[in-house]
Amino acid sequence: MDVVSQLQRQFIDYSASLHREGFVDDQFTQLQKLQDENSPDFVVEVASLFFEDCEKLINNMARALEQQQGVDFKQVDASVHQLKGSSSSIGAMRVKNVCINFRSFCEAQNREGCLRCLQQVTHEYSLLKSKLQTLFRMQPSMMAVDCVLLSLVGLGNRSVV
Amino acid sequence: MAGGGCSKDTAADFGDQPHVLAVDDNLIDRKLVEKLLRNSSCKVTTAENGLRALEYLGLGNDQRSTLEGTVSKVNLIITDYCMPGMTGYELLKKIKESSVLKEVPVVIMSSENSPTRISQCLEEGAQMFMLKPLKQSDVKQLKCHLMKCRS
Repeated sequence: MDVVSQLQRQFIDYSASLHREGFVDDQFTQLQKLQDENSPDFVVEVASLFFEDCEKLINNMARALEQQQGVDFKQVDASVHQLKGSSSSIGAMRVKNVCINFRSFCEAQNREGCLRCLQQVTHEYSLLKSKLQTLFRMQPSMMAVDCVLLSLVGLGNRSVV
Repeated sequence: MAGGGCSKDTAADFGDQPHVLAVDDNLIDRKLVEKLLRNSSCKVTTAENGLRALEYLGLGNDQRSTLEGTVSKVNLIITDYCMPGMTGYELLKKIKESSVLKEVPVVIMSSENSPTRISQCLEEGAQMFMLKPLKQSDVKQLKCHLMKCRS
């Protein structure tokens, strides 16, 4: 099997594993389908926006939950609502599911529960970010660059057209 | 066209490329809806909240009826329901109160599948209510519906 097919196989397998393990759901597939010649980096762009958004929202939640004088649960909930929306739109299933629980704790004004969810959401976000970054490295456009580099170094046994 | 008569003042003649105003406070959702609409050959303008949307449409607070003639800039408005400040529902009401804009179809998007919310919006004149997250098939269906309304 030549290098290109191997890399393509890796990409497909890794993508499938992300679905199987629940990191992403069908909405992520929808995003991948939207990528085309007009927007060849669509998924990476949306994912980057999502990661930035996550960090900002997680920080907001942490600050709100730290308030010694009394936690403004409405404020926490507003951030969780945003994150739930974003994660749902990108297909980040695990993150979205934590947000659903998180909202219940906000409604119940349960600080301990909220803090646990904050920890979980931070964990899930980090995991997802690392997985998606791995996936993006395997993408065809990246593969083309890698193939060219490999050929130049003489490791590939196919000439690059 | 030079000379006398007015051009058609319906927002009708957009051919295959309707101009859509998409309103959503969430950046990721804005990017997604924009891409979905562009993929359906729509021209897209986005706004991050109701006030900005109204300003764009010429209905802002400090704009004393700056609407040119009787033509709407846009052929469709699609808005999120849950937005801070002015909700999508409030935006819908303001649009329906405008003599120029009330004919422009308004579609509401929401992540909540709430029957009360849905009927509230439809009663106020929303064309459609769509559940988030949006998919390409939703937007295709929307466009078909819009095109049918024109003929």
